[in-house]
Amino acid sequence: MSRLKADQRHAVRFSLNGKPVEGEAEPRMLLSDFLRHQLGATGTHVGCEHGVCGACTIVVDGMLTRSCLTLAAQVDGCELKTVEGLAPSADRLGVLQQAFRRNHALQCGFCTAGILMSLDHYLAKNSAPTEAEIRDLLSGHICRCTGYTPIIQAALEAAAQLASSKKETSDA
Amino acid sequence: MVQAAVQSANSVDQGGDRPWVGRSIERIEDAALLSGRGRFIDDLGVLPGTLHATILRSPHAHADIVSIDTEAAKRLPGVAAVLTGEDVKAVTTTLVVGVKAPVECWPIAIDRVRYVGEPVAVVVATDRARAEDAAELINVEYRPRGAVVDPLGAIAPGAPVLHDGFPGNLASERAFRYGDSEKAFAEAPHRFSIDIRYPRNSCTPIETYGVVASHDAGEDAYEVLANFQGPFSIHTVIARALKVPGNRLRLRTPPDSGGSFGVKQGVFPYIVLIAAAARVTGKPVKWIEDRLEHLTASVSATNRATTLSAAVAADGKILALDWDQVEDCGAHLRAPEPATLYRMHGNLTGAYDIRHVKIRNRVVVTNKTPTGLNRGFGGPQVYFALERLVQRIAIGLGLDPLDVIKRNLIDAGAFPYRTATGALLDSGNYQGAVARAVEQGRLAELKAKRDEARAQGRLYGIGFTAVVEPSVSNMGYITTVLTAAERRKAGPKNGAQATATVGLDPVGSVTVHVASVPQGQGHRTVLSQVVADVFGLQPRDIRVNTEIDTAKDAWSIASGNYASRFAAAVAGTAKIAAQRVAGRLARIAAGQLNVEAADIVFAKGFVASKHNPENRIAFARVAALSHWSPGSLPDDAGQTIRETVFWTPPELTPPDEDDRINSSLCHGFIFDFCGVEIDRTTLETRIDRYVTMHDCGTILHPGMVNGQIRGGFAQALGAALYEEYAYADDGSFLTGTLADYLLPTTTEVPEPEIIHMETPSPFTPLGAKGVGEGNCMSTPVCLANAVADALGVADITLPLVPARLAELVRGAEPPPPAGGATAAPVREGDRRLRGEGEASVKGAPEQVWAMLLDPATLQSVIPGCQSVDKITDTHFRADVTLGIGPVSGRYRADVELFDLDPPRAVTLRGGATGALGFGNAEGRITLAPDGSGGTKLTYSYDAAIGGKVASIGGRLLDGATRVIIGQFFTALARKAGGGGAEGGGFSLFAVLAKIASLFGGRR
Amino acid sequence: MKPPAFDYLRAESVSDVLEGLAQQGGDARVLAGGQSLMAMLNMRLAKPKLLIDIMRLKELRKIERQKDAVVIGAGVRQADLLAWPDLAEALPLVALALPWVGHVQTRSRGTICGSLAHADPSAEMPLTLVALGGEVLLRSAKRRRRVAAKDFFAGMMLTARSDDELIEGISLPVTRGSRFAFREVARRHGDFAIVACAAMKIPTGVRLAVGGVADVPTARDWPRLEGTALDDALNAFAYELGARDDVHATARYRRDLVRMIGRDLIGEVLQ
Ligand SMILES: Cc1cc2nc3c(=O)[nH]c(=O)nc-3n(C[C@H](O)[C@H](O)[C@H](O)COP(=O)(O)OP(=O)(O)OC[C@H]3O[C@@H](n4cnc5c(N)ncnc54)[C@H](O)[C@@H]3O)c2cc1C
Ligand code: FES
Ligand code: FES
Repeated sequence: MSRLKADQRHAVRFSLNGKPVEGEAEPRMLLSDFLRHQLGATGTHVGCEHGVCGACTIVVDGMLTRSCLTLAAQVDGCELKTVEGLAPSADRLGVLQQAFRRNHALQCGFCTAGILMSLDHYLAKNSAPTEAEIRDLLSGHICRCTGYTPIIQAALEAAAQLASSKKETSDA
Repeated sequence: MVQAAVQSANSVDQGGDRPWVGRSIERIEDAALLSGRGRFIDDLGVLPGTLHATILRSPHAHADIVSIDTEAAKRLPGVAAVLTGEDVKAVTTTLVVGVKAPVECWPIAIDRVRYVGEPVAVVVATDRARAEDAAELINVEYRPRGAVVDPLGAIAPGAPVLHDGFPGNLASERAFRYGDSEKAFAEAPHRFSIDIRYPRNSCTPIETYGVVASHDAGEDAYEVLANFQGPFSIHTVIARALKVPGNRLRLRTPPDSGGSFGVKQGVFPYIVLIAAAARVTGKPVKWIEDRLEHLTASVSATNRATTLSAAVAADGKILALDWDQVEDCGAHLRAPEPATLYRMHGNLTGAYDIRHVKIRNRVVVTNKTPTGLNRGFGGPQVYFALERLVQRIAIGLGLDPLDVIKRNLIDAGAFPYRTATGALLDSGNYQGAVARAVEQGRLAELKAKRDEARAQGRLYGIGFTAVVEPSVSNMGYITTVLTAAERRKAGPKNGAQATATVGLDPVGSVTVHVASVPQGQGHRTVLSQVVADVFGLQPRDIRVNTEIDTAKDAWSIASGNYASRFAAAVAGTAKIAAQRVAGRLARIAAGQLNVEAADIVFAKGFVASKHNPENRIAFARVAALSHWSPGSLPDDAGQTIRETVFWTPPELTPPDEDDRINSSLCHGFIFDFCGVEIDRTTLETRIDRYVTMHDCGTILHPGMVNGQIRGGFAQALGAALYEEYAYADDGSFLTGTLADYLLPTTTEVPEPEIIHMETPSPFTPLGAKGVGEGNCMSTPVCLANAVADALGVADITLPLVPARLAELVRGAEPPPPAGGATAAPVREGDRRLRGEGEASVKGAPEQVWAMLLDPATLQSVIPGCQSVDKITDTHFRADVTLGIGPVSGRYRADVELFDLDPPRAVTLRGGATGALGFGNAEGRITLAPDGSGGTKLTYSYDAAIGGKVASIGGRLLDGATRVIIGQFFTALARKAGGGGAEGGGFSLFAVLAKIASLFGGRR
Repeated sequence: MKPPAFDYLRAESVSDVLEGLAQQGGDARVLAGGQSLMAMLNMRLAKPKLLIDIMRLKELRKIERQKDAVVIGAGVRQADLLAWPDLAEALPLVALALPWVGHVQTRSRGTICGSLAHADPSAEMPLTLVALGGEVLLRSAKRRRRVAAKDFFAGMMLTARSDDELIEGISLPVTRGSRFAFREVARRHGDFAIVACAAMKIPTGVRLAVGGVADVPTARDWPRLEGTALDDALNAFAYELGARDDVHATARYRRDLVRMIGRDLIGEVLQ
């Protein structure tokens, strides 16, 4: 057991989108701040710092996680996935991202990273979600610009596309 | 359902020879935003050594600042400076106030706080956490004053006065008269009147405010990066406050902004504050507002008390209106207020042809957060009154509400139509729009549904609204608050200068720059479409930059993202700029292709002859010529490197001598109707179907227009059903977290059915009108009308909190059973907590008495008490840590004893202040011998808690307060050898005794 | 909104936790899912000197099926329990109530025991524990004890747990052959309840448990009542809960919901 002292910075190492990263943090440093300001991974946004808005949602060890309600120290040794890890390459968007763009599912884009992470996580396990299920999933996010419908639509479209491409690969 | 609705409007449209404008192309903004590469203010790097600020805020709604002790805070390692009001005052001057009155308006409290959340000190440190640590060490002593939160209460005699320069809290009063409404009222067969209280709310963007400021002492110049949205008239306000000319305030905006909806206009007082901190510390200072600060103290829409009366003919025709509006701008009249009240001045007759109007406008200050821009800006407040009244007229006359709307709509042949109060409605076909909406929106079906639901005893209602949505504000409308004579003295203000720059670089690629400061509305995409069409290029060939830098870019005081001015004004200005360049390019190309300039077309990346398309030259070649070979241009062609156009519509004239004002340039039309059902058990309002018809002139990008409509609808639904910036009577702010200020989520927002009609505006270059704000104006009242219809009630107050409908729907509550528990008295806005209890104590009254006066005993019985200082025999000061379960905070407590009647009774009066807020309580303790050597101790108390804990822990606060008070008395009893034995004593007390014992190990 | 400074201890064994709690007492906080605690720290509503992270302790991550009970360890997240294949059969009331706790994104981290420790009067899990008559398993460096649900919740965010105790887990009885119903009213989906009601058939009649109204979730047993007798009983119960007004609801509205939903649910489980 190691007790990390309040007034000192301690090494924090984890895997971010498949790559090892490392930084230093006081015990009180929030994971959202660590990602953004220590690692420069600013795609994860912060809208409330009390767990309600969902903007900061990422995936830690396969769990949807509010990074604003998590300490950097807590994820030492874990595997993290953030919005920066969604696209297959820097100049291409993934299926879900493309569906968002097609459906105008974002305006200011501030809430978007969190919503994408929830959907990416969910669609990997649920290939044929209903509208009600997507609405329930996304009730943990607030978007102030879009009125949500295009987001729901993008999610359903992406789900269908992902399912059919999965089917194709398994058929092959 | 969602699928079909979205697909029709959104499906991306990339091909064909049609113009790009009018197509839903994919947004160029999106790739970066979808992959985490947005550049929002807090994503951008800062200079090494940049300091971070936090703001200490007032827990009181109204109090004098007796003293501020910053010593301990300044001593904390990492703290660079602590600025109080005095320090800020030393380097700045007051913000200008929108009316002529001897009042000041500072971005930080000077000697006195006037709302919960008002800045009291700015702490600047190496990082935010340390700054917050230090802020907790600042000791502010307040002397509370009476607070007033209700606008009518504020102007009632005897109300506490906020500013001496606003006697009776009245900041402005004006009366207007258009036509002869007295006569109309006297002669009309019917008169109707309605009293409205429109609540406070905000469109609350998900990104909060951010400011990074630095000061160059050598040149006395400031550089500021802020997610400010305009209007840039505020630039002059900021520069003036910082005591520099405009050219020494370089204000820049980041490439991306996380939504604004007007709200980020309100960042400007913080620009002054953080710039002052940068000047004092000599270092760049960064401040990112947190969500608690945002909800408590950023800015809010105005709440308004309105009495609206109408003189009405027997057929429902409205002959005259009489408005009495009392606008609540909060604690300070911050620029550009009282603009919310005057923005709609030309539109006070809505979509109706009403020739006689009387208006009394009063602007008042109250102990609440100052107000500012908010999507809808004045519209929701006006239409809520007007459209509720229209429904009341229909009910009163036994007419169909839709028939009353139709009877009063302005005739399609009457445009451009000058309203009684001065607006020039540019174009429209309101009857046509209503007819189309009724048909395509299947109103008949909805009515059948209502009949069926009602036959089953369900609460189902239908509501209607017709509104005119003004856009592109006249910079002069706000001067309507002045009299004609005052205006003459002040000089004219009018117009709405929009600007756009189109530039061509040495390889002939096109860059566009505008000062429209988008907050997510996709301006870059639309401008790429507009300019691509002019040059015959693809949108992806056009690079658009929408950042603004006031030191380098073209801008005017009208620049910014507000009043839905982008599509109508800015996009059109970009088109004009591009056309000017294209005109010159055509002349150059004509020379090279040996044709007349009139024969030139721009298409598919070429400049070509219309008659002989084979005779052509690549666009880039012509475009680059001005750089490489100005000598080979025709003599009179001029340069084609860069063209900046300023455009202001001539229709936007200043108010005339009779106070008629064309407050906005264009006017869209919206007709909404909806069916709602109220659940008989939960009393929740469920929207069955919502139909919204929009005529916003020419549509530039259907996907984005629908996006604006849906987004506005969702916010309006929030305002109607969930959201309220709620205050208690004592000025405590009650909705300080996103768990209390309730924003609708996916499970609350249905998809509205959107219907369009396009009547181009003759006054704008592209025929477009604004569309961004309409549903914020129409939807709240449409839902209210439907609920009124469902419940058959006359008065509806927003938000439609289910609990508020209980009396309306169910009548009186079943009484409590005889002899059983009774209900606690209804408390409404009164947040004082009262209670009583008793306990048996083993010691004699004299013994207990001695303890009460002994600091050592007090120390051991005051929950979490660290030390007690005896000031006098009956006055004690203590340092205490109070906690409920996991919540705890340190407080400085003051306890005084009064009305001593040894050893029988004493009154304790105390207050505690700390980082989490303040509390004060008064309790009377009586001691009586119990006949067996012990004492019966009875107590009653009256307590109030305010500050941070009230605004973020509201739901749990009362219970928590009760527990803490209980702890005190229990500990006292225990100390005296008692301890509320089971079965003995008051039940609350027994429970508390048990709880308190759990705190045994804690000190 | 940055937390105050604290030490952080990632426990590697239960004794690490108990030792930390014993040493630091009221200044230590167990950090479980963090879905309540971290928000409070960000708001600086709490100032612990030490956080003890228990989430890497495998021994606490167990859902154990015993003869007549299910024991749920302190490391079990709300999502883990929802995904437990036996849930609907063994703990039907939990299966009904758990989806009402927050959102997918908070249930994925928040624990069952953290919710009980937090003791929000509107929370669903405390209500379920009281309705089912479960027990809380407490452990300190010195002793272990089991506290019955009705004795555990002492007031708003107050429990019978001492500062040096870890909630190691809870035990919920498997009630065979009973019928359950659950309903909740909140302003929005996923919000804390304004009123939450759980009803179950018990051998002597029916039990109704109510959360969101009194300072603690409260259960009441009745013999089979019908008609006005039931109305009167519900009315008396509604008043006894001592409902209060807040920004989201009035006391009267809460009593209305207790009366109306209570009646509906009792009807459902007794039918
Ligand atoms: C947006 C949002 C919505 C929510 N909505 C709901 C809702 O509708 N209903 C609801 O019930 N909850 C809701 N919650 C709260 C959520 O359920 C929390 O998960 C729960 O209250 C606490 O569990 P936790 O594991 O996260 O505990 P933590 O936050 O880690 O801890 C909470 C408290 O319990 C203590 N604690 C935790 N575990 C133990 C233990 N084993 N032994 C001793 N002490 C312990 C901690 O020290 C702390 O004081 C919501 C939270 C969020 C962020
Ligand atoms: S920032 Fe984490 S949920 Fe809002
Ligand atoms: S796109 Fe702006 S908040 Fe969702």
